[in-house]
Order: sequence, then structure tokens, then C-alpha cells
Amino acid sequence: MQPLTNRSKVVVNKQMSLYEKIYLPAIISGMMITMSHFFRKKPTIQYPEQKREFSGTYRGQHVLKRDDNGAERCTACGLCAVACPAEAITMIAAERKNGEEKLYREEKYAASYEINMLRCIFCGDCEDACPKEAIFLTDRMVVPEYNRKSFIYKKDILVEGVEKEKRIDVSRRQTAAVLEFKKHKEFEHNR
Amino acid sequence: MTLGYFIYKIILVVVVFAITMVIAMYSTYAERKVAGFLQDRLGPNRAGWFGILQPVADAVKLFMKEETIPSVSNKTLFIVGPALSLLTACMTGVVIPWGTSLSFFGENYSLQIADVNIGILYIFGVVSIGLYGIMIGGWASNNKYSLLGAIRASSQMISYEVAMGLAIIALIMTTGTLSVGEIAAQQHGWHWNILIQPLGALIFIVCAFAETNRAPFDLPECEQELVGGYHTEYSSMKMGFYLFAEYINMFISATVISTFYFGGYNMPFIGRFVTDPNLLALCGVAFLFAKIFFGIFFFMWVRWTLPRFRYDQLMNLGWKVLIPLSILNIVLTGAWMMRHEILNVFIK
Amino acid sequence: MITTYLFYFLSFLAIMFALMVVISKNPVHSVLYLVLTFFTIAGHYVLLNAQFLAVVHIIVYAGAIMVLFLFVIMLMNLNKETEPHKTPWLKFSAAIAAGLMLIVLVGSLKGAETIIATNPFNGNIGLIENLGQCLFKDFLLPFEVSSILLLVAMVGAVMLGKKSIK
Repeated sequence: MQPLTNRSKVVVNKQMSLYEKIYLPAIISGMMITMSHFFRKKPTIQYPEQKREFSGTYRGQHVLKRDDNGAERCTACGLCAVACPAEAITMIAAERKNGEEKLYREEKYAASYEINMLRCIFCGDCEDACPKEAIFLTDRMVVPEYNRKSFIYKKDILVEGVEKEKRIDVSRRQTAAVLEFKKHKEFEHNR
Repeated sequence: MTLGYFIYKIILVVVVFAITMVIAMYSTYAERKVAGFLQDRLGPNRAGWFGILQPVADAVKLFMKEETIPSVSNKTLFIVGPALSLLTACMTGVVIPWGTSLSFFGENYSLQIADVNIGILYIFGVVSIGLYGIMIGGWASNNKYSLLGAIRASSQMISYEVAMGLAIIALIMTTGTLSVGEIAAQQHGWHWNILIQPLGALIFIVCAFAETNRAPFDLPECEQELVGGYHTEYSSMKMGFYLFAEYINMFISATVISTFYFGGYNMPFIGRFVTDPNLLALCGVAFLFAKIFFGIFFFMWVRWTLPRFRYDQLMNLGWKVLIPLSILNIVLTGAWMMRHEILNVFIK
Repeated sequence: MITTYLFYFLSFLAIMFALMVVISKNPVHSVLYLVLTFFTIAGHYVLLNAQFLAVVHIIVYAGAIMVLFLFVIMLMNLNKETEPHKTPWLKFSAAIAAGLMLIVLVGSLKGAETIIATNPFNGNIGLIENLGQCLFKDFLLPFEVSSILLLVAMVGAVMLGKKSIK
């Protein structure tokens, strides 16, 4: 078998020398090791005050984006639900009535849109599948709750606000590779 | 035996008791803080400034917790156990000389509650009855784990008491007294007993670890095999009493070690800088507490460094290593004290 | 005056605890009462100014021997249910034996009264220096003989404890 580390030792049942039998030198050297840790800089991050920086591609809580006029982009095509490996997404589609053009961008919209955050594995396949650039995973964390029901996120949590300050920034995850991909208009996804 | 004398003694008792309690309280905090720092963590730092109110929060939590007494247990003894543990832990402080003496208005007030002429034996007596708290509690819980923990504790303490006593005998031979106050007074300047009795001091310290049931000798409460040892069935403040007793024992052990072997309230060269006797006495108290705090830190340092002994290793160390070593120490000390007589025999 | 009251108080406690040792049904309670009896006797020693003897009494009897007693009783799990029923003959013979013991004790105590009267009370008699002088000068031979007795007992215990003798 290949050793996992180069520190593995073969155990031998040899007699200890007198120096080893006294144990005190070993104890003292051990205590010096712990003492050196005593003065070491602690890697603790004081969570509520300090926060660890997320990686550029961190995938957290979802957002349903609106377009620049404040209309919901989602057209309830169901591609995200199909793409979801955890089957966390369900939605009910409805037809846009007259006068609702300000609210919904397309003629069809999602009357209800639910993501079960306990099932979601945050793989980001919904984001890849979405043809309307409506759903994104953001760098926000899903907050803990006391019961399972609260983890089924409805549209009131998922859809971002209309006002400018309530919009959720999703540009952080748009890395150079993603932007490069989006330039290629010949792909079905980017039309 | 005037009224003033009684009042001064009562004040001294209350002060010593209060200091013991506060130090035991903050030992729990210090233990967690030291453990954290030794393991590259920060330890408790939320309750108050640097977590300084953590012991208060712990105490409130322990008082608020539901108190359960197992229905099949022996109820009286179940309650007596932790009480006895805490009582015996508090009793040792009586014979410790906390300092020389303060003088006010021409009266000398000794900073030792009772200078019994058999102080060392008194400490031993209290320590030896200290294990009844553990035994009674462990047996009254009517639980196999508790009983095993209690039996481990008592057999361990009896075994190490022997080596401890033999180590002390060598010390008594050199000092020529059983009074703790006199032993402390003899170590003025550089005459610390550790320099005279290094082997005895080592044996005594190792035995002190075993007597207080601290790591690496914490077999009575080893979580892995015995769930929690003798306090498996205890909850709420009764559990707190046992933990408190452990920390008081640690404090007292550190005190006894520093008094017996590390000069007690004496500090070399301090007489050159401070001449006022009252100030000197207060400095002595401060030095004693500095030594005690280092001792407590040492206890914690060892706990978070060394792994626990196996039970047969523990017994081997006690009976086959420490007792022969302490007897050897007695023989060597005796030979050194009688060196002139022995040499005379050979010369003749 | 205080010492007299203390003496009666301690004696009362000692006799009461000693009776409780016999009366209590649970063997563990018996042992614990015996420990308390030892403490009251240690108190008597302190009243006689024999502090050394008192503390040694506590260390040796209460601290070590009684713990071993507790050990045995706890490990053997001697509960009321497992206690074998005693026949009337056994009880009768036990009562006679105890009565004879009482007669012997009373008889010996009657003769001992004069010894206390001839010894005037000395405040330093029980202190460790005097005790050491006494043991290692006047009673050196009995002291050493008793230590040899203990050594023999120890060797015997080791021999019994050995698994096999080759």
C-alpha cells in the first residue's frame, strides 16, 4: 500500500534505553512544544465581528433577478427544476394579464417559485440551465432556522427588490471565464 | 484569648475561604483559557472583557439546571458525597502560612490561621478523608460506571498517598519539624527545599497530580471508558461541587507544593529593597500567590500536554517506581545527615 | 469546663455511632458509621492533647483501612437480599460470645482505673517530640518487633497474592 504521508513509521517492540525510561526528558520536550503553541498567533476568526472572505466563486443563497425596469426575468420554463439534481425547485406557471407588463418581462411568469434549501446542494446547475439569466447563486449564506418549513424559500425571499439599493449584486461570481463564455452569441444559452 | 483575637481569626478564616473560592472559580476560566491557548484557540472571550465573567455565567447555568437524583440511588449519601468533597477540599487552607505576620498598634497578627505542630499530618489526614466524598458519591449513584470510577479514584489515591508520605518523610528529616509554618520560615533566602530535596520534590509533585485526580492521572473520570466516572449521575450544582472541589484541591496542592518546596512566602533578595515589616509581609503574600498561580498554570499545562495513563501503568508508576525512589531518597537523606558519624566509623 | 462538655458530647456521639454500626442493615452504612466513630475517638485524642495520635488515627484508620473495607463491601455488593438467614442457635451463641466479651472488657477496665490516677496530666505528653523520644528510647524493642510483624504480614500478603510459586 502506498503510504499517505512520508511520516509513517514501522512499529518496533524494542527495549527502551534508560534515557527513554526516565520519561522526564520526553515530558519536558512535549511541554515545550505546547508552550510554543501558547505564544503562537491564533487563527481564530471572531465570527460576528470578523468575517472570512469568501472565494470568488462561492455559491450561496439564490436570487431571482429583475430586469432594469424592475420586471421579473423568470418565465417559469422549468429548466432549472429539470436541471436540479436534488429536485429542490418547484414552480407554478401563470399567464401574464394585460397591465402586468411592468411586473413580468415575458408573457408567462412563475406564480409561485419555491426552493427547498435543505435539499439544495448549491451546485449552480439551475444558474447554468436558466435561459433568461433570471436565477443566480450569490455569496450570501442561507441563515439557520428553527424548523424545516422555514427552509422552503418562496418568492418573497428569492426575488430581489425593485429599488436600486435592494438589488442583489451577482457580478462577483462573473469571473473572466464566465464573461468570455457569455460573449459567444452562437450558443443557445446566450441568445 | 481576647475578643479581638477571635475577631481577627474569624476575619482571617473568611478571607482565606473567600480567596479559595474566587481562585477556584477563576481556575475554571483559566483552565479553559490555557487549554485554548495551548491548542491554538482563544478560549472563552464572550462574557465580559476577555470572557472575564465566564465563571459567573457558568455558576448561573449550573444553578439553573434541572437537578436529577436517580430513583434507585441512596438519596442521603447521594447528597452527602459532593458536600463532603467540597468540605474536605476547603479544610486544608487552615494550616497554610499565607505570610509572616502583620503588626498593627504593637500587636502581631500571624497570617496563618492555626500553626498546628503537626500541620503536615493534618494536611495528609484531610487529603485521606477527601476520597470519601468521591467513594460515597460513586456508590450512592447506583451505577456501574460511577462505582468503577469511585473505586479507581480511591485505589489511586491510597497508592499515591504512600509515595507522597515517604517523600515528605525525607523533607521532615531535613527540616526537623512537622509544622508547616516552621518549614516555610526555614526557607528564607535561597534555602528553598527543592534545592535540598530535588528528588523528593519531584515525587511529591507527581503524587500531587495523582491525588488531585488531574491529567495525566485523571482515570477516575476518564470520559472514554467510564462515561464520566464517579459523577456520571450528577447534574446541576452537585456536579458543580465536584468540579469545584477538584479546582480547590488543585489550588491547595499548588499552595502546599510552593510552601513545602519552593520557599512559601520567601523570596531571595527582597529584604534589600523593602525594609518595612508590614510591607515585607504583604510582599511575601504576593510572592506566595505568584508561586501558587504558576503552580496552577503548571497543573493545566501538564493536563493539556500529556495523554492519560493506562490503569496498570498508573499502578506500576506508583508502586514500582515512586515508592522505591522515595525510600531511596529517605536512605540518601539519612546517609547525608549522618555523614560525619559514618565517616568516623570508617576512619576508626 | 468546655473540655468536660466536649468529652461528654464526643462520648455520646461515639457510643451512638458505634451502636449505629451494629444496628444499620446496610453494610455500607455500617462502615460509614464506623468512620464517624473513628472521628469521635480522634476527637477524644485531641482532648487528651495527643494531636499526633489523633491525626495518625484518622490517616490510618479512617483514611486507609476503612476505605479498603468500603472497597470490599462495594465490590461484593452485600445487600439485604443476599444476606443468608441466621439460625436461632447462631444468634444465641453470638449473644453468649458478645456477653463474655463484655465481661472481659468491664473486668479489664476496672483494673485500669488506678493507672490513670497515678499519672498527673501533662500538657506536652501527646506532642510528637515526646512521643518520638518515648518510642525510640523506652519502647524501642516493642516498636521494632511490631515493625517486623508488619513486614511478615506484608510478605505473607505478597505470597498469597502471587499466582503461582515456581
